Amino acid sequence: MWGAVRAGAAASVRPADAAPLARARAQRSRRSRSVVLVLLGALVIVAALSLAVGAYSLSVPDLLRTLTGQGSQSENFIVLSLRLPRLTLAVLVGVAFALSGALFQTVLRNPLASPDIIGVTGGASAAAVFGMLILGFGAVATSVAAFAGAIIVAGVIYLLAWRGGVVGYRFVLIGVGVAFMVQGLLGYLLSRATRNDAQGALLWLVGSVSGARWQDISAMAVVLLVLIPVIGVLSARLRALQLGDDLARSLGVGTERTRLVLLVIAVALAATATAAVGPLAFVAFVSAPIARRVLGTGGLALIPAALVGALIAAVADFTAQHLLPGQLELPAGIITGAIGAPYLLWLLATSNTTGKGA
Amino acid sequence: MIQIHPESAILEPAAPARMRPRRVVIGFALALVLLGLSIAVSLVVGTREITLGTVFDALTNPDRRLTDHTVILDLRVPRTVVGLLAGLALGLAGALMQGVTRNPLADPGLLGVNAGASLFVVAGVAWFGVTSSIGYVWFAFAGAAVAATIVYLIGSLGREGATPVKLALAGTALTAAFTSLITIVLLADTEAFDRYRFWAAGSLVARGLDAALPLAPFILVGAILSIVAARMLNALALGDDLARGLGQNLVTARIVCAVAIVLLCGSATAMAGPIVFVGLAVPHIARWITGPDYRLIIGFSALFGPTLLVAADVLGRLIAQPGEIEAGLVVAFLGAPVLIALVRCVKLAGL
Repeated sequence: MWGAVRAGAAASVRPADAAPLARARAQRSRRSRSVVLVLLGALVIVAALSLAVGAYSLSVPDLLRTLTGQGSQSENFIVLSLRLPRLTLAVLVGVAFALSGALFQTVLRNPLASPDIIGVTGGASAAAVFGMLILGFGAVATSVAAFAGAIIVAGVIYLLAWRGGVVGYRFVLIGVGVAFMVQGLLGYLLSRATRNDAQGALLWLVGSVSGARWQDISAMAVVLLVLIPVIGVLSARLRALQLGDDLARSLGVGTERTRLVLLVIAVALAATATAAVGPLAFVAFVSAPIARRVLGTGGLALIPAALVGALIAAVADFTAQHLLPGQLELPAGIITGAIGAPYLLWLLATSNTTGKGA
Repeated sequence: MIQIHPESAILEPAAPARMRPRRVVIGFALALVLLGLSIAVSLVVGTREITLGTVFDALTNPDRRLTDHTVILDLRVPRTVVGLLAGLALGLAGALMQGVTRNPLADPGLLGVNAGASLFVVAGVAWFGVTSSIGYVWFAFAGAAVAATIVYLIGSLGREGATPVKLALAGTALTAAFTSLITIVLLADTEAFDRYRFWAAGSLVARGLDAALPLAPFILVGAILSIVAARMLNALALGDDLARGLGQNLVTARIVCAVAIVLLCGSATAMAGPIVFVGLAVPHIARWITGPDYRLIIGFSALFGPTLLVAADVLGRLIAQPGEIEAGLVVAFLGAPVLIALVRCVKLAGL
């Protein structure tokens, strides 16, 4: 039946009308291709800068030589053992947070529904801080606690929001309620701890990619390698979900099951990333809206969103290491909000004036 | 088959009030009783046991030589007054925000107001050496106003003006940016962090009446503006086009609401720290009783807000004796299950 409708619609479009439509489509896909290319280019530049610049700076030829395995011993150590893991982790968690946020926002149809607003990363934080301050956990145990905290909180929100189905608005509202609870617990833990302990917890809460361990990186990489193809396969259904439940169901998409699978993927991404680096502030929240506004469409834009997330995380880590006044080595998460959010605000302001705002 | 939602089918905003007057009257009486009860309990309950008779004595015939009387007058009355004022302000501000953004998630945290106030307080503590409670107050007030102004300006640029989605996005984005700035200051300055974590917990005792009373006029003006705004919000609830068609000037309505929100949120945050949840939950509870008429929602919010905050403060005194837990933490921790139960059990009116 849909085929017939579509054929009828196509037949009613005269060739003279079809040409501008095709032109507009081509223009849009050109634009999305060029956006992706620009983002990739920017990411490569930031990556090169992160690898080359520091207390010991390399020239571009030196950097290339080192990356192909022909550097001196000290160059090998600095670039391959110190800077590369850090950059890799930043890019990977950036992608993970961005995809997680984009999935949440699309599945729940609410721009505020990202894991950092509805309490999923908050659950990870509370579990980790509880482990650190009360149980005296070390680094690895804290990561495990964070992962478990995110999964548990997400599960609780899903179960509480389930009433013969999950409606985006109920899920988000319950998520915000849970986020408040988690926030209250965090505030309590921080205000009762000694000053030094609280300071240490604050560092973790900010999120940092320094001291990146290869086991964190490989865990993150494996999760991404498994989940990104799954997201790719599901993206057609995700597009159908965007049309609303009734239309998606009539297109043959099992809405409730699709939503659950996509949310599980999104939670797994956020939980792994938080366990690796802490709740890198607001990368999940800002990436997809930025990507959508740069593209100028209301579409899915998962790839641009992932690139925006990686770029924010990498730029934030570079800024925190080299561009802030004073000799402080600051964690990357301190900057992510300050870099991503003003850009989103600027995009909101400018795209609004040209009438392309949400 | 188009199903019309019963509430959206009502074009005359006052109709639901006439449809179920009994529920509203009983609810109103109950809300008043609850408010009185929470005030009484707040004056009676504490580490030191004082009877209701002594409380009454202390209020009508104070004798400064009696310890009981000084405890009532210097400790319990101030924190109760702060709780009442801050709760009133937050409840009203939440109702206005949800009405003007037509977003059920709107609360002072959402539009960046809490973050703005916090950023300014942190800056005051770290860079201007502010230590007195009165100093905090004006920084928090300025920060709330700055944040709300930025969010409103960014959200309202463009042809279609301040749409709900743009306001919510701009508010949360600004919160993200400000939170980062706050963390930068806090990580660099241990002293400031030490003071900030107690301010951020949201306590009703930290600043006392000296800081609260100068802010009361601002809350009064905010409350009057809220009453003025109620009718406008009823029009706005029908959607921008229909509201315009009914002769409502959208810009005027939004500006009245914005001014009231800044006055109310700024004062509340200045008094008691960035308290979450009251602004979110109170309008939802009110709407559950009243239906979609904003004149009633605002009236009920003005009663529920103080009740919730004062009750939370009492609970914080009871559960951690001989110490106590700040009202802001109690509200966040115990308020969430209430909200979740409401969302689950009741069909909350969509906005």
